[in-house]
Amino acid sequence: MAKPENEITWKDIKVGFVVDEPGSASVYRTGDWRSQRPVYERERCIRCGTCYVYCPDMAIKILKDGYIEHDLYYCKGCGICAEECPTGAIIIVDEEE
Amino acid sequence: MATRVGIEVSIAAAEAVKQANTDVIAAYPITPQTHIVEHLSELVNNGELDAEFVPVESEHSAMSVCSGSSAAGARTFTCTSSQGLALMSEIVYAVSSLRLPMLMILANRSLNSPLSIWNDHSDVMSIRDCGWIQVFVENGQEVYDHVFIGYRVAEDRNVLTPFIINLDGFVLTHVIEPIEMLDQEMVDRYLPPYQPLYRLHPNQPVSIGCFGPPVLFTETKRAQDEAFNSTMPHILKGWQEFGDLTGRYYHPVETYKTEEAKVIVVTQGSLGETASIAIDTLRGEGEPVGLVSIRLWRPFPFEEFREAVKGAELVVVMDRAISYGGPGGPLAGEIRAALYSQEVHPRVVNFIIGLGGRDVAPDDFVQMVQQAKARPGEWYEIYGVRE
Repeated sequence: MAKPENEITWKDIKVGFVVDEPGSASVYRTGDWRSQRPVYERERCIRCGTCYVYCPDMAIKILKDGYIEHDLYYCKGCGICAEECPTGAIIIVDEEE
Repeated sequence: MATRVGIEVSIAAAEAVKQANTDVIAAYPITPQTHIVEHLSELVNNGELDAEFVPVESEHSAMSVCSGSSAAGARTFTCTSSQGLALMSEIVYAVSSLRLPMLMILANRSLNSPLSIWNDHSDVMSIRDCGWIQVFVENGQEVYDHVFIGYRVAEDRNVLTPFIINLDGFVLTHVIEPIEMLDQEMVDRYLPPYQPLYRLHPNQPVSIGCFGPPVLFTETKRAQDEAFNSTMPHILKGWQEFGDLTGRYYHPVETYKTEEAKVIVVTQGSLGETASIAIDTLRGEGEPVGLVSIRLWRPFPFEEFREAVKGAELVVVMDRAISYGGPGGPLAGEIRAALYSQEVHPRVVNFIIGLGGRDVAPDDFVQMVQQAKARPGEWYEIYGVRE
């Protein structure tokens, strides 16, 4: 979609709300559902990629050096990465903290 | 050219679906719709109609098949009644929002309970706000004609909205009437092949039926509301061109002897023909009474209705469904809304009649008009109940 969602007017809506371009789900921000966020401690990370495999939202990027980065545009703060991390390199904290 | 034949109304309706070159039929049998669907299955089985007939396991599935069929670009037909409509209603709302054109004949029958297979309008009133174009017909010729009109309007690029023809169960579906059948050449001239705007096709993939988050949902509904409210001129055009072809012109509001009428009776569906006999009787006695039959139920023809009842002092509305705890019947509620903006408006009295197959005779209409005149105020009453 060319426009951000909150700028789309009713006149922009295609007949029947058809979506006629692929990949439109990628612009859908799920990060604002979050009430908790992951905190990553690089020193403890063994670059196993477990968090990447378990993340249900493709919100973890594996960097060139094998360490990871959370994509907070998509991350819903579910905490699965923290639960699955074998070394405790990811913890989940309340957004207010 | 056209041929006039004596034929059961259901069979004539099915023949029209064939002549309209329908591609897909998905339906589940339910009284009193059965003869329409049975005849169509015969036509497909005998090779007289080159269509997919999908014998689904429920009406919910019927409408689901229809949604996929229409989304694939096929001319799509279904037919149901009463409980069948109730079961399919979830998908009925979906297909109009998805702007998938298709045609449904609704052989009107009351809703449970008590169990009744007979005719009233409680089924269609349960989906009043479903976003389909909805018409009522008074006789077999009108349902035959509206199969072509319905497809033509629904598939119009400016409309792309599904279409319901309300046909009173038994009193219309199961009677034999003289019906003028169109030659195929006339049908083909009136009804071009369906050219979908979007369709499910691997060459140009689209997503149909995506979810609408709060930031977009209201915009989609505004777009649908605007589109639906813009259908009227295209419905009128469909009727006009059908009239030019056949000599049979239809209108959103049909009037009978409304000139100078001080009292107007309002009906929907087959009762209009019965009421017209009562109008003749009353006119014969010098009573200035006329009849308005609401053909187009959605979009509601507010302007045309106001024009039709101009000058009337009393409007007697006949509903064939109850709105429990509401303002009377659903039709009366609409008519009061139509008249509210008028500086001077007639008194509206509402009778609920013809429930669950109860006959309404011409004399009943005479009685109701006399009662409405005699008793002041705006009120509603279920007519003809044994006390």
